[in-house]
Amino acid sequence: MKIHEYQAKEILRSFGVPVPESKIAFSVQEAEKAAAEIGLPVVVKAQIHAGGRGKGGGVKFAPTAQDVTRYANDILGMTLITHQTGPEGNLVKKVLIEAASNIDRELYAGIVMDRATSKVTFMVSTEGGMEIEKVAEETPEKILKVAVDTAVGLQAFQARQMAFALGLTGDAHKNGVKFLMALYKAYMGTDASIFEINPLVVTKEGYVIALDAKANFDDNALYRHKDITALRDLDEEEPLEIEAGRSGLNYIKLDGNIGCMVNGAGLAMGTMDIIKLTGGEPANFLDVGGGASAETVEKGFRIILSDGSVKAVLINIFGGIVRCDRVAKGVIEAIKNIETKVPIVVRLQGTNAEEGKKLLEESGMNIIAATELRDAAEKVVATLKTIKS
Amino acid sequence: MSVLVDKNTKLVVQGITGSEGAFHTQQMIEYGTNVVAGVTPGKGGQLFMDKIPIHNTMRGAVEKTGANASVIFVPPPFAADAIMEAADAGVAIVVCITEGIPTLDMLKVHEFLKKHPKTRLIGPNCPGVITPGEAKIGIMPGFIHKPGTIGIISRSGTLTYEAVHQLGEAGLGQSTAIGIGGDPIIGTKHIDAVKLLNEDPKTEAIVLIGEIGGTDEEDAAAYIAKHVDKPVVAFIAGQTAPPGKRMGHAGAIIAGGKGTAEEKMKALAAAGIHVVKSPADIGKKMREVLGK
Repeated sequence: MKIHEYQAKEILRSFGVPVPESKIAFSVQEAEKAAAEIGLPVVVKAQIHAGGRGKGGGVKFAPTAQDVTRYANDILGMTLITHQTGPEGNLVKKVLIEAASNIDRELYAGIVMDRATSKVTFMVSTEGGMEIEKVAEETPEKILKVAVDTAVGLQAFQARQMAFALGLTGDAHKNGVKFLMALYKAYMGTDASIFEINPLVVTKEGYVIALDAKANFDDNALYRHKDITALRDLDEEEPLEIEAGRSGLNYIKLDGNIGCMVNGAGLAMGTMDIIKLTGGEPANFLDVGGGASAETVEKGFRIILSDGSVKAVLINIFGGIVRCDRVAKGVIEAIKNIETKVPIVVRLQGTNAEEGKKLLEESGMNIIAATELRDAAEKVVATLKTIKS
Repeated sequence: MSVLVDKNTKLVVQGITGSEGAFHTQQMIEYGTNVVAGVTPGKGGQLFMDKIPIHNTMRGAVEKTGANASVIFVPPPFAADAIMEAADAGVAIVVCITEGIPTLDMLKVHEFLKKHPKTRLIGPNCPGVITPGEAKIGIMPGFIHKPGTIGIISRSGTLTYEAVHQLGEAGLGQSTAIGIGGDPIIGTKHIDAVKLLNEDPKTEAIVLIGEIGGTDEEDAAAYIAKHVDKPVVAFIAGQTAPPGKRMGHAGAIIAGGKGTAEEKMKALAAAGIHVVKSPADIGKKMREVLGK
């Protein structure tokens, strides 16, 4: 789960990680009040779940009260387009008003779960303010990785090693070590999956603070973090994905026009792939889970068809323990309740596949039946060609 | 021969009294798996289906029955603990079906298992392992599998069934099918499963099914290039998946530009592996490669 910068900073603050003084504002008036309380100069920062906000015009330095009013006015309500939002952009509904820092150096610090080693791993770099992926590609020697033995936690020597690699000396070194130790505690304490502090700044006074903060959390661990779950911002998510989630379905919207409904995540991805290879464009990823009951199929249909660009649907169910004839009955029931004119190709495979196919063909519904994957993909792509001509 | 599981496997079901555990225990018994005991804390002394003894602890179950394998159907908050309990009891193969275990819990398990090198974990978030005609540990539909010489390794459940179906259509049976699981931290990775099947004299060729996320397929490719002479056919799911989105499986995500299907397919092809672009070509390609 993703959260906003201001929320990430509140979490970091609660674990003793230094962050600038800041206040969240939902209106220009609140922004003005926040700036007056914090004291000028401040920075006005758009709060959306995407990086690259500065380049998109969503982060402004405001030395005067007039600037605060002007920038808050500009940014609140703007549709911010960055390399992470896609061309449609994200609507900005809140801004963070933050005390401006007296920046001496901009660095980078991140924590991730390194899958290759199965270890919680720090990444630090002197190249702050840049995308870390770019640094990793162009100058990998400028990134220091430190793997933590989570049984004993981050050790002081490791934090010192990183602080030295970042070129921190004197007070800044001490503050850097403290910062990294606190950051580790916050990561482990919240079941985070990614922490990224970019830039991590050293001020002219020798303070080490998180000027920006990005945090993602392990969805599987949210059950034990009610406080973090409460930070979810539905405005930042695709409405159909939210609705699918409420129905216990795993749905991701894509840009094509062939809706697909599949049981199992791997087969769902494979089905998207074969649609593309056959000359079509998948409209979504949808995993309805192993059972594929009439109820889940109907819910899946409603979600797929809420996407106006869907012109045909491919249902691909591998009936294992649940027999295909039962799945077929469920699919027929669901299609009856939906009443759609969109052509539907249903591919059932597994136990009683032939019986399932027969039921679909004899249903009198607008269903094209298939038993093999290639055949199903070709049939669904062909329905679109018929529509066009 | 086969790997991991055969007719001599003595299986304990952890979480045997839950609805999933109870249902699949019956299915496994019907397939011919030797289920010797169940474990549900607090229900020790009772019988499952009037014949299978339930124990309070894994140690108790193993001491009484000499079990050498376990399968876990315990809910996510308690599953990591169940894996460690099985390892502590000295079980050689632990198959964890549970989906949704927190990553930090699995990190603990990962470290714990280093101190229990005799235990091999399969999964979590996997369909399990089957040696057709002998035994199945897991939730896969047994009857679609046929005894034979093709080993299968896969991060995904239904996509494995798809491959099994296509192999069947091509007249090819399976030695052992291993569902390694869709999570970021798993006990047995592609490379480990490749080693097992490569050393198995009954396995003539290998189907490797991967998906976006991580670099496990690349690691397996490097190993195959150096050590494996058996033919390998591979498919990577998620060629059309957008970056930054978790595609159902916790581990199926392209993060920071890493873990794309394209990279994986390139690495596999460079290792001399027969990579198919379409999931419908797995069986056909294998028959072609074997010249059958």
